[in-house]
Amino acid sequence: MITFEGVTKRYRDGTVAVDDLDLEVPTGAITVFVGPSGCGKTTSLRMINRMLDPTSGRITLDGRDVREIDPPTLRRGMGYVIQQAGLFPHRKIVDNVATVPYLLGWDRKRARARAMELLERVGLDPKLAGRYPFQLSGGQQQRVGVARALAADPPVLLMDEPFSAVDPVVRTSLQDELLRLQAELRKTIVFVTHDIDEAIKLGDTVAVLRVGGRLAQVAGPATLLAEPADEFVRGFLGRDRGIRRLSFISAKEVRLGPVPPDLVLDEDGRPLGWRSGGGLAPYGTFDPETDSLRAALDAALLAPNGMAIAVDGEGRARGVAGRDALDELFAAYAGGASGPRADGDAERADA
Amino acid sequence: MNGEPIVRWDWVARNWANGSPSAISALLGGHVVMAFLPVVLGLAVALPLGLACVRWPRLYQPTAALMNVTYSLPSLVLFSIFLSVTGLTQATVVIPLTFFALAVLIPAVVDGLTSVPEHVRQSAVAMGFRPVRRLLLVELPVAVPVVLAGLRVATVSSISLVSLGALIGQGGLGNLFIDGWQRQFPTPIVVGISLVLLLAVASDGVLVLAQRLLTPWSRARRSA
Repeated sequence: MITFEGVTKRYRDGTVAVDDLDLEVPTGAITVFVGPSGCGKTTSLRMINRMLDPTSGRITLDGRDVREIDPPTLRRGMGYVIQQAGLFPHRKIVDNVATVPYLLGWDRKRARARAMELLERVGLDPKLAGRYPFQLSGGQQQRVGVARALAADPPVLLMDEPFSAVDPVVRTSLQDELLRLQAELRKTIVFVTHDIDEAIKLGDTVAVLRVGGRLAQVAGPATLLAEPADEFVRGFLGRDRGIRRLSFISAKEVRLGPVPPDLVLDEDGRPLGWRSGGGLAPYGTFDPETDSLRAALDAALLAPNGMAIAVDGEGRARGVAGRDALDELFAAYAGGASGPRADGDAERADA
Repeated sequence: MNGEPIVRWDWVARNWANGSPSAISALLGGHVVMAFLPVVLGLAVALPLGLACVRWPRLYQPTAALMNVTYSLPSLVLFSIFLSVTGLTQATVVIPLTFFALAVLIPAVVDGLTSVPEHVRQSAVAMGFRPVRRLLLVELPVAVPVVLAGLRVATVSSISLVSLGALIGQGGLGNLFIDGWQRQFPTPIVVGISLVLLLAVASDGVLVLAQRLLTPWSRARRSA
């Protein structure tokens, strides 16, 4: 666990970047620092691995003040990913990834074998290993950056706006990849972003900071959406908080009715459409095992009769849910009540 | 020049390697030494000095100013200053040329090191590099293309400047120009100019090749 205890960072020109920050970063979870520029989120991150030292207060790693630890030693135990990936232009991809193992004195063969393993793990073609960074796309470079940060298997990962410079499609796939990796690796991740949607998608805990380096609110994403602490947080979260919060509630508990005769199915039982006059009307489906209430609501809104079709992993219709069935759950989870978490990962949803 | 050919090859053949210190091959050898030594010495001084200028930026302005003043002095002035100290020796040519090389190489080293992108430097720090290792394994290698570009300029200009040493009898191939002028005999002049040009083109070629071998990542970046 990483803790901030009364941490203040004041620069020489008098600017206060971080103001009396008290915060706990739990082990094995993703904690996101989010806020507008000038809120001290990056400064806070860089105090963890001593790229900066606080003016007052202290930061501890598993109970030990980080200032007692020699900075290079401390840093080799913390993976670091930044916006432009920061890859070394003169080194091949495989050697970029093996940077920290080399620093730790691993022999070349073992370090490179480890690097190859990680390239695969972050979803990169091993053929890229012999290329130089400029030969890769921005998204690929960012994956290499993540692989490099993980190379020596550090318990802590610090990520400073790592996905901000890539286009939205690539960003989404990098975010999904990070969540997939995290489900396997369970690192203690501190993730800095200015994008609240990214914070809500990735964070187990989200710390919202305001300009001047003051903490505005720390909460899980669903709670944050339901109960913003003040006007600043409310404004920063933006519109549609109610709808977005539904993403965090599993559709498992939706009460399903039997498949009605006017739903046309193919021979395997997959829906084709709702019988309507002489033709078929549009329909929407959700998988109660992996989807959220938001997906269920979306499915209901797609069909003219307001029925969402529940399907199994193979896409076969298992039942239907009308708006009344969804309403029961909306009522149950209205306000701050938290439901089972949904994000396509059963373990997380159970947590 | 009464109908004689521009180059009398028989003269070239007789004077190529006749054992005397004024043989063309001996002059070529001397030229190479006096041209390259200042570049090598200059690089040896420019690296630590350039590093210091990057580490303590306040040093850079006065250093650059001093070097520019030196560079603006006619080389003849410098030769005559050192003539009183080192006499009619190669050192009288090598020392001033070393200053000229420094005037090109110090900015090249400084520009090279400052061309290392900040995110690359930061990520090296964050990976846990200590300062010396970071310099040797990240910053200097990334600076190589810019330093080599400066090295090419310094080498070629050094090769051409050596000729002026002929005025104190230490000009390598430049001695051939003086010889030709004094005797109104074009062959040594043409031979001298051709060899200086060849030497410059060959040296530059070697440096370009070295750059391609040393920095495959930067050549590919340019063509991309």
